[in-house]
Amino acid sequence: MHWLTMRQWSPYICGIGIGVLSWLAFVLSDKPIGCSTAFARTSGMIEKLFRGQKVLEKDYYKQFTPTIDWEWMLVAGVIVGSFISAMLSGDFQLSWVPATWANTFGSALFFRLIVALVGGIFMGFGARWAGGCTSGHGISGTLQLAVSSWIAAICFFIGGIATAFLIFHLIGN
Amino acid sequence: MLTKLHRMKKTQLTIGLIMGIFFGFLLQKGGVTKYDVILGQLLLSDFTVVKVMLSAVVTGMIGVYFLNGLGLAKLHPKPGSVGISVIGGLFFGIGFATLGYCPGTVAGAVGNGYLDALIGGVIGILIGAGLFAGLFKKLQKPILNKGYFGEITLPELLKVNPWVIIVPFCILLVFLLFWIERAGL
Repeated sequence: MHWLTMRQWSPYICGIGIGVLSWLAFVLSDKPIGCSTAFARTSGMIEKLFRGQKVLEKDYYKQFTPTIDWEWMLVAGVIVGSFISAMLSGDFQLSWVPATWANTFGSALFFRLIVALVGGIFMGFGARWAGGCTSGHGISGTLQLAVSSWIAAICFFIGGIATAFLIFHLIGN
Repeated sequence: MLTKLHRMKKTQLTIGLIMGIFFGFLLQKGGVTKYDVILGQLLLSDFTVVKVMLSAVVTGMIGVYFLNGLGLAKLHPKPGSVGISVIGGLFFGIGFATLGYCPGTVAGAVGNGYLDALIGGVIGILIGAGLFAGLFKKLQKPILNKGYFGEITLPELLKVNPWVIIVPFCILLVFLLFWIERAGL
């Protein structure tokens, strides 16, 4: 069983595994794999804690009710699955600043967290605007040959590559 | 279709959790729960993310359309428009590179122990998703509905049998992966 304790598998094996998982999601749950609506629902749940039932009147939360659903459980499962995999291979480590970031911008904690927070806001905003993320559009949507998903996924990478080059080759230099 | 199973709410939550565990396991083993790997992709120096995604897409496409032909799976293409898919996609891209994780891999990164994913990433995504929910109504008419094309797939758009697209498409994607591998990326 040494393959379970390996630090990394071939990306092709992992990709094929995720593809097979998508078959199961369609057959067993009638759902494509996706992650970003879980964040929208959680955000609604948190807002509901502060503002009460009024939150449910927002058009958006009528469409995506702030409740725990299949996809919410899927995202919770991702945390658990990644933890199990990392523990088995000894790859689990508590760390604050990733190496690529530290090499260019230093290992200051606060700066990395602020940038990550801003990035997260753009991502949450953009994922809900586009109606999906790298899983929902990038994998599940493109495999269904959905027009919306191919356009969105290509734009994810255009925006991502342009921003990464801006951050690391222009600002970082 | 297993409609009876689809209606069992509690069982579905359990299935979601189990699938998530496998999904997270595969993401971590693929290396894509790491900021360095995702940024490597966006800086075009490490193609791990594309390798995982495209092999998932090829496998998924063949299987899901096959199951769809057998009547075991129903397609769920998401609706789109120029305003939704292009502008939303570009916003997402800015966040993708700035955060260095996406909504799925950020959860995997949390499980991997990366605290910038938890404190910066998860909180940021929740704020961003909440902001969008608040602005949704205002954005709908002037932007989101612009260039609306709806829940359409490429075979429907071109009015052809899906396999006419799937077969050449998958061959193309596999060739692309071979080329990436040969280029040593």
